[in-house]
Amino acid sequence: MIEFFNNINTGICSFLHINSYIQGVVVLLCINIIAILGMAVLTGFTRLFSFGNAGFMAIGAYTAAILIVRHNVNFLIAMIIGAAFAGFIAFLLGSLTLKLKGDYFLITCLGFGECVRVLFNYFKKLTGGSAGFPGIPNYSSMLFAVICAILAFFIAWRFIHSKYGRNLTSIRENELAAEAVGINAFRYKRLSFTFSAVYAGWAGALYAGYMMYIVPTNFALNKSIELITTTVIGGLGSLTGSVLGAMLVTLLPEVFRSLSNYRMLIYGFAVVLIIMFRPNGLYGYKEFSLKRTIAWFKKLFGGKAKAGKEEA
Amino acid sequence: MEDLEKRVAELEDRVTMLGYRISVMENRDPVLEMQNVEKHFGGVHAIDNFSVKIEQGQIHGLIGPNGAGKTTIFNNITGIYAPDAGKILFRGYDITGSSPHRVAQLGIGRTFQNIRLFSNLSVMDNVIIASGMDATYNLAEAIFHNKNYRRREQHLQDKAMHLLEIVGLQDKANERASALPYGHQRKLEIARAMALEPKLLLLDEPAAGMNADESMELVDFVQEIRSRFKITILMIEHHMDVVSNLCDYCTVLNFGKTLAVGTPAEVKSNPEVIRAYLGGTE
Repeated sequence: MIEFFNNINTGICSFLHINSYIQGVVVLLCINIIAILGMAVLTGFTRLFSFGNAGFMAIGAYTAAILIVRHNVNFLIAMIIGAAFAGFIAFLLGSLTLKLKGDYFLITCLGFGECVRVLFNYFKKLTGGSAGFPGIPNYSSMLFAVICAILAFFIAWRFIHSKYGRNLTSIRENELAAEAVGINAFRYKRLSFTFSAVYAGWAGALYAGYMMYIVPTNFALNKSIELITTTVIGGLGSLTGSVLGAMLVTLLPEVFRSLSNYRMLIYGFAVVLIIMFRPNGLYGYKEFSLKRTIAWFKKLFGGKAKAGKEEA
Repeated sequence: MEDLEKRVAELEDRVTMLGYRISVMENRDPVLEMQNVEKHFGGVHAIDNFSVKIEQGQIHGLIGPNGAGKTTIFNNITGIYAPDAGKILFRGYDITGSSPHRVAQLGIGRTFQNIRLFSNLSVMDNVIIASGMDATYNLAEAIFHNKNYRRREQHLQDKAMHLLEIVGLQDKANERASALPYGHQRKLEIARAMALEPKLLLLDEPAAGMNADESMELVDFVQEIRSRFKITILMIEHHMDVVSNLCDYCTVLNFGKTLAVGTPAEVKSNPEVIRAYLGGTE
């Protein structure tokens, strides 16, 4: 099964002359897109901030890796179980903590993420501890990662544009009013939290297959913060904006490799600038639309186009 | 033979179900009954021994000076607070201390004193969200867009459009809710509450911030809604002309205590009420 995907992938890549460096970047991009889509549903549409999503990525990654390496489970099934298990943990955690208001929820998530990392360090027999978990087969080929990202976007899009997304948005806009029109805010928040954890677990499982070797420090607080800032940069309330944010955050460091030491510094500046000038993120509450983009370009080049017409 | 028995059992089931529905429809209990409800915040008696009975189809007014406990009563009915003592019955069903979404699902719609719309969403979505109980599809159906999903979503759109037509906002369906002028926002909030198909509508100062003409328009609007939906209304209002034109009965509150109950005319001539409103000299 793994060979099947990998062979097709090699075929496509040699046909399109895509070298392995670009393949790696694309896989990383797809992983980030999936994790950030989950974050967008939670933070962008429900306005719950979680600093624990790297923890869910770790759960997904380790579950999938352990199942594949130790129990010879098919990688597709292992990935699904990894994602589902992360969702299950989020469901339990959400049941306990989502009754808390605002900041308290954020703090519990922060604590949870750190707990996961420390526990994975501690249970050496199961996870290899801080020495890492080696020997994961390379199943995250570019083809497979792209298929996953498209599927993830499709599901998230349909989810957000159904009653589920509407109800989540209503909680973001005004929780009291949402309750007053019969929406069980707690249950919907928990759904949103679970959804984002499933996506994080999914991304984590892909990450394990891409790196072939995972260490708990891969999933430290920094990763969670990166996920949140990316969502804020992309747009709080826009799925396409989040994808754009993921592209910026994954691709720009690749382009500016020489500046990689200043990465976190540039992040900080970017977030401050965006909060100052576009407080709802690059896309805000809008989704990308071709029509609007064309209209925007027309406006930008409006003067030139008009002048051209007059000449003709 | 077995088949026949099965069918008989099925039919019996349906008859009992029908009987239950009729009994619900012909429910003779008062729509809302509050019995000796009390609510304290620390030492402050926000509501003190409050009782009221509202029959089907009535418009009941709740008036009183600021801080008299009117909104606290609303919050007790809708489950935002749980009363410290007493009982709240909605069509004979005990809703004391139920959660807000449960109360809404049972059929109590409300508006807020300081308008609470889903500001960044379209006017249409504001109404559609409130008819969420009609959206009976599951997650898989939402992702695969099957027939049931499409039918339900179409139904929601039609229903929302119909409600917007009634309140006269059909042309603004795609505008952002926060972009509407104040009066329209009030109407949208009522339309949103009506999307729940409530049996009881709670209006918290619907005429606040309106001039005389606008409040008379509101009176007509509320009356139209009442006759069209055969709905019962409990409203908080300060404008006495709105109250006298609209309400069948009203209750006057002062510092959490009930001062007077009666028709608007009776209440207006009650000396205690006059003293509370105008300030007594004795």
